[in-house]
Amino acid sequence: MEEVDVEPTTTYSHDSNHVKVQSILLYNPLSLCVSSGGSAGGCPFVHEVRKDEDIYSPILRKLFNESHHIFVGLQRIREDLPSKNKKPQFVSISKNYRSVIRACMEELQQVAGIPSLSTLKGFISMMSHLSLWCKQNFNIFCTLFVVCDPLAGSLVLHLLDWVRLHKADVDEKAREVLASESPAEHQAYWDVVISYVLQGRMDEARQVLVKQAALQPAARVMFKLLDNLLMKMPIFNPGETQTLTEFDVKWRHWREEVDHCLQDQSFASNRHLEDICKILVGDEDVLLEYKELLSTWYHFLVTRLLFSHPTVKPTELHYYAQSSMHMFLDTRSVPEPLDSILLAAFEFDIHQVIKDCSIALNNWWFVGHLTDLLDHCKLLQSHNLHFGSNLREFLLLEYASGLFTHHSLWQLAVDYFDHCPEFGRVYLELQIERVPLDTERKALKVIRICEQRQMTEQVRSICKIMAKKALRNNRLGSALSWSIRAKDAAFATLISERFLQDYCAKGTFSDLDLIDNLGPAMLLSDRLTFLGKYREFHRLYGEKRFSDAAKLLLSLMTAKIAPHSFWMTLLTDALPLLEQKEVIFSADQTHELMFCLEELTSGKSVPTPDRPMQVLGYTPPYPLSNVCFPFNLLIHCFIICSNLYSCLARG
Amino acid sequence: MFVARSIAADHKDLIHDVSYDFHGRRMATCSSDQSVKVWDKSESGEWHCTASWKTHSGSVWRVTWAHPEFGQVLASCSFDRTAAVWEEIVGESNDKQRGQSHWIKRTTLVDSRTSVTDVKFAPKHMGLMLTTCSADGVVRVYEAPDVMNLSQWSLQHEISCKLNCSCISWNPSSSRAHPPMIAVGSDDSNVMYGGKVQIYEYNENTRSTLMTVTDAVHDIAFSPNLGRSFHVLAIATKDVRIFKLVPLRKESSSTGPTKFEVQIVAQFDNHNSQVWRVSWNITSTLLASSGDDGCVRLWKANYMDNWKCTGILKGDGSPVNGSSGQPGAMNTMVGSTAAPSAGWPDADPPSLVYIQYYTHPSTVHQHSVYIQYYTI
Repeated sequence: MEEVDVEPTTTYSHDSNHVKVQSILLYNPLSLCVSSGGSAGGCPFVHEVRKDEDIYSPILRKLFNESHHIFVGLQRIREDLPSKNKKPQFVSISKNYRSVIRACMEELQQVAGIPSLSTLKGFISMMSHLSLWCKQNFNIFCTLFVVCDPLAGSLVLHLLDWVRLHKADVDEKAREVLASESPAEHQAYWDVVISYVLQGRMDEARQVLVKQAALQPAARVMFKLLDNLLMKMPIFNPGETQTLTEFDVKWRHWREEVDHCLQDQSFASNRHLEDICKILVGDEDVLLEYKELLSTWYHFLVTRLLFSHPTVKPTELHYYAQSSMHMFLDTRSVPEPLDSILLAAFEFDIHQVIKDCSIALNNWWFVGHLTDLLDHCKLLQSHNLHFGSNLREFLLLEYASGLFTHHSLWQLAVDYFDHCPEFGRVYLELQIERVPLDTERKALKVIRICEQRQMTEQVRSICKIMAKKALRNNRLGSALSWSIRAKDAAFATLISERFLQDYCAKGTFSDLDLIDNLGPAMLLSDRLTFLGKYREFHRLYGEKRFSDAAKLLLSLMTAKIAPHSFWMTLLTDALPLLEQKEVIFSADQTHELMFCLEELTSGKSVPTPDRPMQVLGYTPPYPLSNVCFPFNLLIHCFIICSNLYSCLARG
Repeated sequence: MFVARSIAADHKDLIHDVSYDFHGRRMATCSSDQSVKVWDKSESGEWHCTASWKTHSGSVWRVTWAHPEFGQVLASCSFDRTAAVWEEIVGESNDKQRGQSHWIKRTTLVDSRTSVTDVKFAPKHMGLMLTTCSADGVVRVYEAPDVMNLSQWSLQHEISCKLNCSCISWNPSSSRAHPPMIAVGSDDSNVMYGGKVQIYEYNENTRSTLMTVTDAVHDIAFSPNLGRSFHVLAIATKDVRIFKLVPLRKESSSTGPTKFEVQIVAQFDNHNSQVWRVSWNITSTLLASSGDDGCVRLWKANYMDNWKCTGILKGDGSPVNGSSGQPGAMNTMVGSTAAPSAGWPDADPPSLVYIQYYTHPSTVHQHSVYIQYYTI
């Protein structure tokens, strides 16, 4: 295949603008940052270039949402089903896509009609162009590639369906004509009749034609004759037992009859009737006289096939398509992108169709879904594109990456990534950890998506980011729960430390709910264990379960759970227990308490009791905090000894 | 389809670097005016400067964000021969009301005896590590052993590259299939000095040199790995180049460094001048380059790995309209140069690469070079 040079040429003149691009940074596919400095003295600028999100208007968003459901449904069709059973499913999927597109288009037309939005007119017309495009194309591709079976004969029927769908304005006109006072004299009367004939809708044409017949009793025979011809026109019905050859014979016979009428000049007195008769024999000159009513070359093609080659085979289609286009279009006018795409479609050149659509459309929605559908129908392989699945994946990844940059559509993209076997997961991993974690709710949503896919590293990272963020904002409880979720021991230690510091400064714990319900999570780090246990001691004390509290307090020190720096605080906490009227610490326990005190004082430096003493509601009779520390320790000693004495006295 | 917005950066001199944070909601700029500015994106999408402070006593060349797991941390490097690490502190209520945040210096890395030309954090799976390179050709790797304490950094490695270094890039891949990699570029303009790109495998302390690039290299960027077995490296030199490094199968007995087959995937001289920066998007489907022609160019590969230009932006962010203006141009369709030039920005750039759809991979200009390795 010939290589095509796509290098854009630039008219940029360096001299006209002394901008030097200093640096660039690409964030995601759609956002780019450029910094440029002017010549010395000029204020340097940063330029942010990003994809215009207007493309994601609410109406298109609906299209994206609904097509997402259809996409997911399509992926669920089981591989191992026999293809015979799958086909109806594919057909219904393609119909669903069609109806979604149609709904979107109708909505666009409504919006376009609201005058207040006239400023957005250009935008909307662009959008409706886009979706009109999608609609037309999708239909024809589905018709040709998916719905159509290789049987000749039924092809024309499918094509007629397609044309009828797009030239639906004739029905409107017909209603208008029939509703008028004298339909037969309405200026659009003949347009309606001929439009029906061109679309092969003979019954409708005959109904309208009756009006005229009633008006011209003199020409009754003539009208009757034409009515008869229209009625008798054979239409191939694939559902019947009739073979193609039988149909062909029947059709040739009918055509001879029409030809005969023409040669007889049966309709010479009425130009309109004669034209209709000529259309029935597929007279191309007459057909081209009704260019206005046909409006497009592909309508011309279908009409031509209907009356000249009703048993056309799919393989012959492109020949008629090409000649029809050349006959219909002015020799001077250049074909539109749509024309080339349709031509490629009629050639069943799927690859060319996808390629051309990618160029002509500004959105991956269309090609992505189309390719996916074709891939499921195994059509990419059957057309000798051995890289079929890669192409599908490439287009879906592009489409999904685009969705991911949108703040409300990113969740749809997840399913598309899920169904891209080669790179889907890596793309999702890269994209999802970049989702801005504005709120805890959003973070939880992202985490749920990751957890469903066993993306443990992403979950850990997000939890850690959230923990860090909470700590920065001084929300210790939240920071602790996020770091527990991230299983980040170092960070949990740091936060526990902060909790203890806060406790020492304020004398109270915050986030009691969390600390009281740590459970096994407590074991994540030593410091966290201590925090949980120390809080438990407070609770026991509060519940006046003094002996349990005393036991726990002592074990915090003897089992070395408490950091040394905190022992002084713990010993101080023991004081109110020691001063209770009843004996709480047993003799042994008091001994242990003394050993702890000894161990503490034998250390090089005596730690500062770093909290007010009245935390447990204990007000010492002497101003403890003002006493210098050796004295402080002495007092501890004294109290402990007196406790030991009372133990012994009772013992 | 694309909108460009200009932000008056209010720097008093040339801006040398812009850097998005991990989530794309914050931005940092640095300038010859010796300052760094931090920008935050509001709900409505506007950028507001929330901090601006003097960071160095010379031009600040580069500024870069640490992964948010480590907090809100920036690193900067400067002509003043130092690199610095900064951390944002949630400010006093006064600052908050004014919408300002406070950044404090956690450390100054003073080991370099010449201008520090680039600074980059290592991928987060390696912990909190920072690499600098300097004009005298030394690459330094620092590590903060305690990620909670950003004021302690120890110098882990010092690698002499023998050529003045201009840029470094870590391979972001966290795969265990290969050791961590750093690529270092040199902007020495003497082509006689040989390869200007050196690749180091971190653990084994080995290096290889890309002999194919002998011109001055201004920027270098590994692409996200996507779980592939090979690595992709973009280089800004007198043109834009994209290399593929394919590790060759090691003999199980050998313990030497990995050997790579180096393939040039793309080479574009469209800037027609020195290229200053290259930058990948998140999924490495798009590469942006900036050059002395005052333009930013966007490059994209189709699914057959065929790279093409998909868009051009002028230095002021506005798209370049090429030979468009002829309404019929679009109609000539495939096979002409008309589609992209007329299409941008009205058509999505990704759609334009499709013109290359049918090109067979073999038409990609490709040659393989085996390169010399030696252990330092």
